[in-house]
Amino acid sequence: MFFSHNSVSKIIMNKNIDTKKIIISNPLKLDCGKEINNFPIAYETYGELNSEKSNAILVFHALTGDQYVSGKNPITNKDGWWSYVVGENKPIDTNKFFVICANVIGGCMGSYGPNAINVSTGKQIGTDFPIITINDMVNAQYELIKYLEIDKLFAVVGGSMGGMQVLQFVANFPDKAKLAIPIACTSSHSAQNIAFNELGRQAIMADSKWENGFYSNYKLNPDKGLAVARMAAHITYLSEKGLQEKFGRKLQDRDSLRYGFEADFQIESYLRYQGSVFVDRFDANSYLYITRAMDYFDLSKQYKGNLSDAFKKTKTKFFVISFTSDWLYPTSENREIVIALNSIGADVGFVEIESDKGHDSFLLDVPSFLKTLGDYINSTYKIINERRI
Amino acid sequence: MKEEFNIISNLIEKNTRVLDVGCGNGDLMKFLQENRTKDIRGLEISKEKVQNCLSKGLTVIEGNAESDLKQFPKSSFDYVILSQTLQAFLNPELVINELLKVGKKVIVTIPNFGYWRVRLQLLFKGTMPVTENLPHEWYNTPNLHMCTIKDFYNFCSTKNIKIFKSIALKKSRISEINESNLNYKNLDSHLGIFLIES
Repeated sequence: MFFSHNSVSKIIMNKNIDTKKIIISNPLKLDCGKEINNFPIAYETYGELNSEKSNAILVFHALTGDQYVSGKNPITNKDGWWSYVVGENKPIDTNKFFVICANVIGGCMGSYGPNAINVSTGKQIGTDFPIITINDMVNAQYELIKYLEIDKLFAVVGGSMGGMQVLQFVANFPDKAKLAIPIACTSSHSAQNIAFNELGRQAIMADSKWENGFYSNYKLNPDKGLAVARMAAHITYLSEKGLQEKFGRKLQDRDSLRYGFEADFQIESYLRYQGSVFVDRFDANSYLYITRAMDYFDLSKQYKGNLSDAFKKTKTKFFVISFTSDWLYPTSENREIVIALNSIGADVGFVEIESDKGHDSFLLDVPSFLKTLGDYINSTYKIINERRI
Repeated sequence: MKEEFNIISNLIEKNTRVLDVGCGNGDLMKFLQENRTKDIRGLEISKEKVQNCLSKGLTVIEGNAESDLKQFPKSSFDYVILSQTLQAFLNPELVINELLKVGKKVIVTIPNFGYWRVRLQLLFKGTMPVTENLPHEWYNTPNLHMCTIKDFYNFCSTKNIKIFKSIALKKSRISEINESNLNYKNLDSHLGIFLIES
């Protein structure tokens, strides 16, 4: 049914979102060689910064996330993407912590991205937007931390691409966070993950409405391609067991097969729905740019093949978390981060959480994850503050 | 338990770097953190126990001593502790070697299978011993390689492992083990505690 969404209005692009935004005037030299300046970073904050400025937590979002971590997302009117983790009386309790989350550059929720308007032409930048990397995203967000006048964050936290940003942040700014929690991520994007991202990009670029990335000039949107990209990606976020238990071979609103290509099976209908709601909130070019940034991520390569060197200068405490059924960012890849940290005697804790919800586990209601994460953050906050006194 | 913790704690110099292998729910780590050093890490195989430790803010890694000790550099800890776990490994000799690599000194504690109460059970009842310290039945015990104080003592001398200190524990009574009282301590103690170095 989502294929009837051809003329869906791009609420994100067209609606004037009342979002917090700063303009970064400092020039930012990107990994691709280009330089950007006077660019916007959209962000949201939750809770209050205490007088010592010691309770700030920077949350990094994943591929299709945004700055709306908790509460109601004003764009989608749904709960923020990490509502299970961040909020009042949640594991990251906003009664206690000041939580900051920024839309990454390349994103489409108000930060500088391909859907930004080029003032000289009055048109969207489209694929004239420079290629960005995880390193660029993190450097841009550091400007926000400077703007907020926070000298040292209590923690940097994120899952998936958010976890990659956590690793890059500590490597770039070794004395700016006391605690780092990379969740369900990797230090180097694997061939399998590059392959899935490429599949998504090809789906978008194969859509005739993509127009080489300048679809907005023609008032078009490559919704079919973007929806297919999302459907394929969505499968990688789940586990075989989870899919089988939730859907099995159950039929969608029918008692028997129809002998056609409609969504006979519930899983088909579910994926089509996921695709259709996604195109309403996400920009196809952003999807291209952000997946590219993930593919380019290889932290050990940045340090001449030695991942440990990325963390040599830091005293930051680490807590690495993976999930048993996550085959996209499997435990083995998370463990490599732990091994690199241990080999230089860094302070690192690690646990693999039992869950059959796949990679998406970090976003979902997985009680042992939520409890361990919350207890760890609160105990560590207490220990660090006691030590200072 | 408390006596064992005290003995271990007294073997450790203040403000040194410690790794507790098989740290369980982190009770010993907490005890040492309060009494000896803040710089303490744990390695534990059970997810649930690792989660308990992390919940308390302890730095613990989920992993297996037989395969995961390798990731720590040589002599990266002043002390590595293995408390009542040696008997549960598939290959205790390999684990001891790994511990001696990672730690400058190693503290190993051993539930003594030579304790007279244990011996009597086998001798008179003719069944595998079940005691306060060894509470499992033969069919569900995690203990694969039980040994006695004397076994471990002999193992160290055969493998040229230096024993700095060896302590026998019976209930809360603490005594030193030496060459001449070895047979007696092996009969009359429920726990042996060894401070060793390669």
